Amino acid sequence: MSENVTETSAEELQKLTPEERMIAAAEADGVHIIHRRDRFPIRGTKAEKRAERAVSAFFVLAALAGIGFIVAFVAVPFHWQLPGKSQNFKYYTPLLGGLLGLMLALLGFGAVLWAKWLMPEEEVEQDRHDEPSSEADKMLIEATLAVGLNDTGLPRRKLLMRSLGLAGGAVATVPLVALVGAMIKRPGKQLDHTPYGTLLATGKYPDGVPLIYADGRRVSSDDLEPGGVATVFPVGYVLDAASPTLLIRLRPGQKVQSRSGQASYQVGDYVAYSKICTHAGCPASLYEQQTSRLLCPCHQSQFEVLKDAKPVFGPATRSLPKLPLGLETGSDGRQYLVALHDFHEPIGPGFWERS
Amino acid sequence: MTTTPVRPQRPATRRTGGPQTPQGKAAAFVDERLTIAGPIRKQLNKVFPDHWSFMMGEIALYSFVVLLLTGTYLTFFFDASMGDTVYHGRYIPLDGVTMSRAYASTLNISFDVRGGLVVRQIHHWAALMFLAAMVIHMLRVFFTGAYRKPREFNWIIGLLLIVMGVVEGFAGYSLPDDLLSGTGLRIADAIMLSIPVVGTWVSFLVFGGPFPGDQIIGRLYIAHVLLIPALLAGLVGAHLALLVRQKHTQFPGHGRDEHTVRGERIFPVYAAKAGGFFFIVFGACAALGGLVQINPIWLFGPYNPAQVSAGSQPDWYMAMLDGSTRLMPSWEIRAWGHDVPPLFWPTVVMPGILIGLAAMYPFLEAKMTKDRASHNILQRPRDAPVRTSLGAMALTFVMVLFISGGNDLVAKAFDISLNAMTWGGRIALLVGPPIAYVFTYRICLGLQRHDREVLEHGIETGIIKRLPTGEFIEVHQPLGPTDDHGHGLLPYAGAAVPKRMNEVGRSPLRHIGGFFFPVKEKPEIEAELDAIALAQVDHEHATELPD
Repeated sequence: MSENVTETSAEELQKLTPEERMIAAAEADGVHIIHRRDRFPIRGTKAEKRAERAVSAFFVLAALAGIGFIVAFVAVPFHWQLPGKSQNFKYYTPLLGGLLGLMLALLGFGAVLWAKWLMPEEEVEQDRHDEPSSEADKMLIEATLAVGLNDTGLPRRKLLMRSLGLAGGAVATVPLVALVGAMIKRPGKQLDHTPYGTLLATGKYPDGVPLIYADGRRVSSDDLEPGGVATVFPVGYVLDAASPTLLIRLRPGQKVQSRSGQASYQVGDYVAYSKICTHAGCPASLYEQQTSRLLCPCHQSQFEVLKDAKPVFGPATRSLPKLPLGLETGSDGRQYLVALHDFHEPIGPGFWERS
Repeated sequence: MTTTPVRPQRPATRRTGGPQTPQGKAAAFVDERLTIAGPIRKQLNKVFPDHWSFMMGEIALYSFVVLLLTGTYLTFFFDASMGDTVYHGRYIPLDGVTMSRAYASTLNISFDVRGGLVVRQIHHWAALMFLAAMVIHMLRVFFTGAYRKPREFNWIIGLLLIVMGVVEGFAGYSLPDDLLSGTGLRIADAIMLSIPVVGTWVSFLVFGGPFPGDQIIGRLYIAHVLLIPALLAGLVGAHLALLVRQKHTQFPGHGRDEHTVRGERIFPVYAAKAGGFFFIVFGACAALGGLVQINPIWLFGPYNPAQVSAGSQPDWYMAMLDGSTRLMPSWEIRAWGHDVPPLFWPTVVMPGILIGLAAMYPFLEAKMTKDRASHNILQRPRDAPVRTSLGAMALTFVMVLFISGGNDLVAKAFDISLNAMTWGGRIALLVGPPIAYVFTYRICLGLQRHDREVLEHGIETGIIKRLPTGEFIEVHQPLGPTDDHGHGLLPYAGAAVPKRMNEVGRSPLRHIGGFFFPVKEKPEIEAELDAIALAQVDHEHATELPD
């Protein structure tokens, strides 16, 4: 059918009604109108007016919601206030979102109902034209490609082909080298030590690296109650990702089994482990006093503090590294905790070079 | 004005039906320069089949547009810098706290920019909706067999869209540099570190040194607002171009065949519906963004490697990876001075396998079933029970991981031991999928049989009849012609079979309803409308193409 229409002259089309011309246009595109029905074949009936009013009502309400949005945007207070003062600002975001959503959704529903109630109902069929390319087309493209390729001489000029491949490889590699080369950093041994080691290496702390709290106070040996825990850091490195250390004061009678050579890492009832989970690097923050277990809230690895912080449940495979603690007497006569060495193994998540 | 000059009549041969109206003149202006009257008409006449399940892809497309709009707005205010600043904004509880500029500017968007919070929340909700719609769209395509030849390319493009969408979402919610997202980045770093041989190099390359460095937010930002959106937009364009080229699939039914597509033309009906639906999707995102709080970063605080909040949850599309990580047993490979941590398997290997399997599925199925034909007609899930059951198996696997991603919350809500949840997840991950396969397979067969039964015996009318012999029988309504025994002769054709009386015999006549009451016309108008409708039905029956 489509051929007929394209052959139809403009003069012939002139004779058709617009509706007939529209059908001819559809046919030209392989679109056949199977069923088409005006929803209101008699103009101006009660139902038609009512449908039009209803769709228009959606559009009018959308406009009103838009006006409401602008009014709310300008007039409603939005500054955050402390509790005790007026909390009116809490309505700001819900009002804006609600009115914006209302405006958009009303416009959207109006448009959908306009199509469903007022536009003609139609069922239309379109040819897919999904036949495979004709044999002739295939032969022609094949010939075009083959002769074109032959014209380049690449199939027989091996030298040209190889040198072109070489140049192509260089052009592809250079940006990669330029980008990766600019970004790459040698990991070296950086993951093997923490700020404790960095500080000890400076030689400024011959008696050990002072431990501090997040607010900068030094950690004294009488700060914690038995059973208490605190997050401590090497001095000056509170925000470093490798420094968080969990200081635990054991309850009387509790004993930590230590790996050989690490029994001296404990000072009195104090024992300190790296807080960085050996699984995925989250801080293993949740300490349950009763069971002496540490839980990492990210993936629920559990570490038994009294057994050298050995993982007892969950995906973690390695004990939390233990920090060798020592004591230093301050100028005020109090005993302060220090780290005597760095951790004796890399802290945090595992990696290839770690053995 | 008595001397109005008479315009010379244009020669009729110059241009037949030359434009008189302003819009006609504008169209002529464009066409004389581009010659597009033909191509434009072809696009306006494109036919879209209508089915509710086809709207999922539309939701994904529209929420992508919402993301582009709201995201552009957010770039006007966001500062992707990890440099320190001391906060002195309107949110007094964080006054005087040292934080990154990224976090401070996100607070600024939330509290100091008028309407900034609502746009931020719309953006976040639209991102969740974008991914959810893509995943549900993928399920629809899978369970109806729409990915089969000739649409394998579009299946793979769609899969890439989901993968890139996840990366984009993760990059986006990491930008505020708050405690929750910083913890997520810490885990991402651990995942990179876990890769054998090159892990530490990859991590140092991405972060510009040991975690967290001072580069990552800036890099994620340019990835989030330029690189990945450009890639996504390109893939969306390719996805739609292929759809236009190959045309839609459609469900089997009366008058539907492999070589045509039935529905409504894009202009005007479908355009009005789809345009309206865009605004409905945007409106839903806006309402969610205003009414339902999401990612209140001011409650989490700035990122600090020493802190973490319990019960913290990533965005929903990351929960699956979180779950697989939680369920992974503590198996570590240590050999020859090297280490492969347990984190590697559930976060790198497993997603790689799942994505690879999904990408290969259309080709694997074609190989297994030896079906090399092109398919434009969809299958009902029950008619492809192996595929449906495999899909149910995959869904169960993913759902177990998803629930395990929040197993601490489930344990808390139902007062279950956390360790029991982990073990339950491990067992369910292995046992659940095969069970789902068997159940789904049986359900598919049962539904198939029921379709055939209704075709053979008719619909149960619920009317009990007593025969003269005293026997009670239920009256069945046959769906078509029957043989001598009263058995239906209609074969099953892949389309939904009506199972209830009010699904058959729908009047072909007009129905126009009001919201609450039917609209009644005057009796004479009613009669005239009925006559017009009847005449049309007769006309269509007479001219209908033989199928």
